[in-house]
Amino acid sequence: MSISRDLERYAGLFASRTRVMTSSAMRDLMAVTARPEVISLAGGLPDTSTFPPQTFAAVTQRIAEESCAKALQYGPTEGLPETKGCIAEAMAAEGMRVDGEDMIVTTGGQQVIDLVTKTLIDPGDVVIAEAPTYPGAVPVFSSYQADVVQVDMDADGMRIDLLEETLDALGREGRRPKFVYTVPSFQNPAGVTMSAPRRRRLVEVAHERELLVLEDNPYGLLRYEGPAPETLYSLDGGVYVMYLGTFSKTLSPGIRLGWVVAPPPVLEKINLGKQAADLCTSTLSQLMVQAYFEQGHWAPYVQSLTELYRSRRDTMLDALAEHFPPQAEWTRPAGGLFIWATLPDFIDTTDLLARALRENVAFVPGEAAFMDGRGRSSMRLNFSMCDEDTIREGVRRIGEVVKEQVRLYGTLTGEHPAVRLDPGDEPEAESASVVRLPRRLPGQRRADRR
Amino acid sequence: MSRVAVLKGGRSLERQVSMRSGARVEDALARLGHEAVGIDVGPDLIARLREAAPNAAFVAMHGRDGEDGTVQELLEILGIPYTGSGVLACARATDKVLAKHLMIEAGIPTPDFHSFSESAFAGLGAAQALPAIEERLEFPIVVKPSSQGSALGVKFARTAADVPAALIAAFSYDSRVLLERYVAGRDLAVSILDGEALPVVEAVPRDEEFYDFEARYEIGRTDFVCPAALDPEVAERTHELALRTHALLGCRGFSRVDLMLDGDGGLFVLEANPIPGLTDTSLLPQAAEAGGVGFDELVGRILELARLPP
Repeated sequence: MSISRDLERYAGLFASRTRVMTSSAMRDLMAVTARPEVISLAGGLPDTSTFPPQTFAAVTQRIAEESCAKALQYGPTEGLPETKGCIAEAMAAEGMRVDGEDMIVTTGGQQVIDLVTKTLIDPGDVVIAEAPTYPGAVPVFSSYQADVVQVDMDADGMRIDLLEETLDALGREGRRPKFVYTVPSFQNPAGVTMSAPRRRRLVEVAHERELLVLEDNPYGLLRYEGPAPETLYSLDGGVYVMYLGTFSKTLSPGIRLGWVVAPPPVLEKINLGKQAADLCTSTLSQLMVQAYFEQGHWAPYVQSLTELYRSRRDTMLDALAEHFPPQAEWTRPAGGLFIWATLPDFIDTTDLLARALRENVAFVPGEAAFMDGRGRSSMRLNFSMCDEDTIREGVRRIGEVVKEQVRLYGTLTGEHPAVRLDPGDEPEAESASVVRLPRRLPGQRRADRR
Repeated sequence: MSRVAVLKGGRSLERQVSMRSGARVEDALARLGHEAVGIDVGPDLIARLREAAPNAAFVAMHGRDGEDGTVQELLEILGIPYTGSGVLACARATDKVLAKHLMIEAGIPTPDFHSFSESAFAGLGAAQALPAIEERLEFPIVVKPSSQGSALGVKFARTAADVPAALIAAFSYDSRVLLERYVAGRDLAVSILDGEALPVVEAVPRDEEFYDFEARYEIGRTDFVCPAALDPEVAERTHELALRTHALLGCRGFSRVDLMLDGDGGLFVLEANPIPGLTDTSLLPQAAEAGGVGFDELVGRILELARLPP
């Protein structure tokens, strides 16, 4: 066997950008979460067990019979026109009108983040992101050596006033960010949704400052309550807002099908990047989506997911109220897959994960969602993947270890940390160093749904 | 040629590091002409060992189960000779509190410390002793779990206000923690192979004030210098202390002893690792290389020393 695992041999050959692409203690811990005995509330996975196998069989059967050679062939870089029609249909369900010419079908939504960053960012260029931001975007920005500046959020999403302050401050240093990356609806990881006034203001700011916005909207159709938020793309009309969509959460992440809608000059550059990256998105996957959409089942399936996940969200919210100590706080997402819980600041959630793993339960430590070491007392909890009993048990186990640490703190300090409920009481200065997101009300329980 | 089971992975928090160590060991064993059977240690360990019926087991596990004597105990029951230290040495070295008490008794310098179990705080009001401890150790104080390998859960308390959170972090990994006087100075490691001390490695953090778990394993955050630039007399004392520690704990075959060298030339032993990392960035392979022992030879010699207790 001649295989070599000696890093030394290759170290001199790596590009300088790979220096930031290292593994970390947290990622090593996360590796342990994959063990079968661990209840993982850490993933961001949809529950694909809900997809009817007979539908899958019918779709593949139809492709085999009607378009086998085409499915096995390369396709155009920008995607198949028929698939773009399905995408237009999915976007119309969120009130957006889009022309197939203005989009590229991609290998998952993740590729959009990669291609947009590749297209716009030189090393050292600024990207604005939310604090916390989607953990999966962090390594993309790092790999292009972007300087990520994170803007705090509250119950109404990204604070646009802080965004403007940040832009002003950067402007004084002669720096102009290339784009703002945002997940405005049911955000990953925080679970909050940007309010309508902030959406309008963000689009205005983009126009005033000639700034691109990448609107990442994987969860828009997974809405459990409240009115459908108008997308930034709709508000902007496709001038400064680039739109990222995906079938990963509404159909399947395994088919790796996403898309980007962007102004034509930007789209042209993204298309060149896409061509270099992988020539085209899987033709097979595109034809599967097309066949699936033609059967007319996609909207009812999304509806069934919505009902399932709403119920799981409610179960998790109830379990949090029952098992987490009063010092803990969490968001109440109106859609999406995640709840963001924040513990007293003497608890470090990366260390807590090590303790939780002894109880065979896992979550994502908050630091994964920050580039600057913040978020260490927060955690992201996923409610889409596990059944309700498992969610209850997982939250119970995490709650036990959190309560254990709260008790220990009380023993160590002789004090019992006060419950902080109203973020309005927080001094402004603190919001710069501690993430403050919407809080549950004390003792809030779901009374009407048992 | 013999059949060698390479035990790796497991449920330890250092699973990933162990998987990398194990993979390299398997490659080396294959190059040496052995049949390497990699086993990611799990509930089927006994069955897989019985099925593989190896002539020896190479334990490439770090942390819980692999380094604390658990797996060694099982291998003895199955009558499979294994590499590295035996059950007792693993138990002693993994328990930093026990190891430090043994060092003090044997006159091996180790930083002053106090240790507590969680129950001492919960049931005995140990928190009330914290101010006295803080006064005796002086800030900054290092707070660490007693048994966790690597630097997971190791925190730096600069003031009394930092201590409770640091203790909570350390208790996340173990029910016993220690508060240790911080020795400012140079971070040294001596690897020992077959009773011989290999050239000293010095870890020089690039920017961090205190090098953490990430930096310890990943290239780019810490520079490793081997052999460390030390006065011959200091190098000799470092070697001697490491060998004494290795012997004191009863380590066998190989180990790595971590020390601090303070500004006055004082040496302090922090801990001994019965199964140090064998990855491409680990210190033992670097030290062996500097001592003229290539990785394949290192693995071969560790394997030759595989034993069952008499």
